[in-house]
Amino acid sequence: MEAIDEIVAEFLVESHENLDQLDRDLLALEQNPDSRELLASIFRTIHTIKGTSGFLAFHRLEQLTHVGENLLSRLRDGRIQLTEDRASALLGMVDAVRILLASIEQTGSEGDVDHSALIETLSALLEDAPAQGASKISDATETAETEQTPAVAEAEGEGEPAEATGEQADHQDAQDAQDADHEHGDHADPEDDHHEDGGHAGHEDHDQTAANTEPAAAAHHKKIGEVLVDAGVTSQDAVEIARMEQGLGDSRPLGSILVDHGSTTHAAVEGALEANDGRRSVVESSVRVDVELLDSLMRMVGELVLARNQLVSRLDDARDSALARSAQRLSLVTSELQEQVMKTRMQSVDSVWSKLPRVVRDLARQCGRQVRLEMEGRDTELDRSVLEAIKDPLTHLVRNAVDHGIESPSDRIAAGKPAEGLLKLRAYHEAGQVHLEIMDDGAGIDPEKIAAKALERGLISQSQLAQMTAREITQLIFLPGFSTAGEVTNVSGRGVGMDVVKTRIEAIGGSVDVSSKRGYGSTLRLTIPLTLAIIPALTIGCAGRRYAVPQVSVLELVRLSGEHARGGVELISGAPVYRLRGSLLPLVRLDEQLGLVPAGEHESPDHEERGSFIVVLQAEQQRFGLVVDDVLDTQEIVVKPLGRHLKGIPLYAGATILGDGTVVLILDATTLARRSNVLANTAGVAATSAADDAEPVDPILVVEVAGGRHAAIPLDMVTRLEEIANTSIEKVGGREVVQYRGHIMPLVRLASLLGAYGESDDADSVQLVVYTRDERSVGFVVDRILDIANERPGTRSDIDDHALVGSVVVGDRVVELLDVQAAVLAADPAFYDVPATEHEVGPVGAQAEEALA
Amino acid sequence: MTQLSTFHIGKYLFGVDVALVQEIVRLQTITPVPLSSPEIAGLINLRGEVLTAVDVRTRLGLGPADPEREPVNVVVRVDEEPVSLLVDEIGGVLEVSQVPFESTPATVDASVRDLLVGAYTLPDRLLLSLDARKVLALAGA
Repeated sequence: MEAIDEIVAEFLVESHENLDQLDRDLLALEQNPDSRELLASIFRTIHTIKGTSGFLAFHRLEQLTHVGENLLSRLRDGRIQLTEDRASALLGMVDAVRILLASIEQTGSEGDVDHSALIETLSALLEDAPAQGASKISDATETAETEQTPAVAEAEGEGEPAEATGEQADHQDAQDAQDADHEHGDHADPEDDHHEDGGHAGHEDHDQTAANTEPAAAAHHKKIGEVLVDAGVTSQDAVEIARMEQGLGDSRPLGSILVDHGSTTHAAVEGALEANDGRRSVVESSVRVDVELLDSLMRMVGELVLARNQLVSRLDDARDSALARSAQRLSLVTSELQEQVMKTRMQSVDSVWSKLPRVVRDLARQCGRQVRLEMEGRDTELDRSVLEAIKDPLTHLVRNAVDHGIESPSDRIAAGKPAEGLLKLRAYHEAGQVHLEIMDDGAGIDPEKIAAKALERGLISQSQLAQMTAREITQLIFLPGFSTAGEVTNVSGRGVGMDVVKTRIEAIGGSVDVSSKRGYGSTLRLTIPLTLAIIPALTIGCAGRRYAVPQVSVLELVRLSGEHARGGVELISGAPVYRLRGSLLPLVRLDEQLGLVPAGEHESPDHEERGSFIVVLQAEQQRFGLVVDDVLDTQEIVVKPLGRHLKGIPLYAGATILGDGTVVLILDATTLARRSNVLANTAGVAATSAADDAEPVDPILVVEVAGGRHAAIPLDMVTRLEEIANTSIEKVGGREVVQYRGHIMPLVRLASLLGAYGESDDADSVQLVVYTRDERSVGFVVDRILDIANERPGTRSDIDDHALVGSVVVGDRVVELLDVQAAVLAADPAFYDVPATEHEVGPVGAQAEEALA
Repeated sequence: MTQLSTFHIGKYLFGVDVALVQEIVRLQTITPVPLSSPEIAGLINLRGEVLTAVDVRTRLGLGPADPEREPVNVVVRVDEEPVSLLVDEIGGVLEVSQVPFESTPATVDASVRDLLVGAYTLPDRLLLSLDARKVLALAGA
């Protein structure tokens, strides 16, 4: 009984593989309906399934494939043409076969699904409607021969003798062919296939299945004549005649005889020989291995890497050079082994992509779109587990592109685009990561629609929206609860939204980005790690414990020496920021985030000695600094999942074991950023979080102008904060300027602009608030940067004063709100002239109007 | 035939079904997990596998352990996941089929009582049978 089960299992595995190939072939065939090679390949696949199912007594399967095979053989013989209906029916048959196979796999029997309708359709499609005196099956050979006639004429004169080596091989093949003729020769004969009754087919086809299960054997027994017939470049009869001649003493190889007879061309023979050789080498140099085995190999290599790390870390203490050398060697071999084992788990992205042409075709038909699918970088390799993880998100994105991206043919023509839309998939390796792009040339994403929808759903506030760039608005499609589908269609908009795609991709340490140009299409970019199991990570120290941060999220490391720390880190209403090369970097203290010290403990400068390193991390396009006590080293770590008691804490991406055997938690950069609200708070990124549903607030920068007088500048008008030496200020025509980033930047002293009094020029350096627009910058000189505060609506009052638009209450203090536009003009009267238009001055102008209204 | 693997916590003698116990190890370092519930003692490295260690003392509300004493890990496998139970001291394996079994006496703290199957009245003392599944059913798990 077990033997039978094994045969069935093998049949299932093989058939599933064949069906995937079949899907691809059928779609390729639609593009290229005359390809006899494809038809022959499809025919063979179905024929094999039919034969084996007959042998194994799966009669429904046999019945179904039999009709399909009839249709295919007619297509192959060129007696009917492949139409869309026929292609659909054949694809339908493939699906039905899949269902039957699945049922066999699960229950051991075929189930009782009724396929009679499909069989009827397939049978009906055997004839071109209306019936045009359908040719009898026995005409097949004749038809084939008639078709061969032009080829004969063409081939005449081209029939040069084949190369010596080729000829010998050929000859050998021909001899073998004769011996094997009895068993194999008739397989390729289309006539036989039509007239086989069940029992006969069962018996004979079992031979073929056996040959297929032993692919090496099959390749060896494949004769040149067969290959040529399969490829559709010659007829069975011509081969028979050639063999007969060989039997009568013609010593030439079969290929040469055929060429001389004009039955085929020299090139075709060469091609067939090559194909035969190629097949053989692939088969002989590869083995099928169970995925489980690879997974367990990978786990073991992971352990080996850990053991290696342990050994290496202990080695530093031992002074034994021989041991050190052995360890070095072990270390090298381990690294190589790790690399090779990882390679065995690599699969080309094509294994996921190959399902997509079918998806796109069906979907395009359903939605009334015309879509051409292009794929670039099919052979880009990824770890199996990664591929598995991206399969669904990728399919979703592709469906989305067809459903929402590409317009209907009439809309496209109206927009001056070709009726057929282009969907392009691209995959490539870069910087140790895999990049996947899904591009369409459809309508693109309309930021206004996105914004309107996000507002309507309450995902963002009006004031957040006002600060967002079109690009940031486009990213809103990834917010949970956002669905771009105007109406829920059968295809997408089923609740599985872009947010799920984003979550899934982020779960494996990847990221998603969208860019779109209205009218020209959209591009979705997925960046994913090559593998999940072993990742490079930075180990850091915090409050006496070690933690690991995946290296992918780490941008740079900054050491805060005592002096530097005080100058660099500014504590602004409990939210510390660091000036990293002039731009503001929001800081997150790891010890606070881990709840090891109460939040806000660090506000007094005495605690500065604790966090002395900043790890600059990137999460969701936003940079932030993680303040830690120590930075230890970078090493390859094996990610171990956490148990169920700890899975619920999103801050940890898992755990790993370091060289000394200590368990160390792996921190998740995105969660760190989210928890500490850096994604929500900072200037310019207010939009990235929708969690903030409190009253809309506009952040302002509070500065001390002179003599204790405070002024506020809307934060969106602040590009950078700089500190410059007093000596670098130069005077040009009564104005103060500095050289700044290769440009001359005019300065305006807010103290004198606002008419404040008090001497503040005794310092060596001055603080600048820089506002940059396009290429032009203006610097506001202030005494001190004090705070970033949130202005609540209604706290503004009007003060009719020069260069002020009003005042706001910050804390318990009244702070004047600077009219940035006026201040900018005071420094550079020509600032807004070229090339900008008045419209773009927007934010401040609008605010000023609003405030004064 | 019922066999319990026994261990001591404070003045109590506890036991869990021996079939659930994978192994007993005296370990080493425990990596605390900030932000986790107080019953979670941390993570241990058991031959390359990362296991969660549950502080049974805290779980039963028996107060903090003696910091001088090194706890023992009783690794139990419940629902396919091995978890370490941190206990004060390990006892032995007891065959209890012949020992009179009673429902948990009222004198036992209410917080402990919920996690018990019952008590075996040994000649000299009580053996409290712990329901490992309940012990591991922590909030948020």
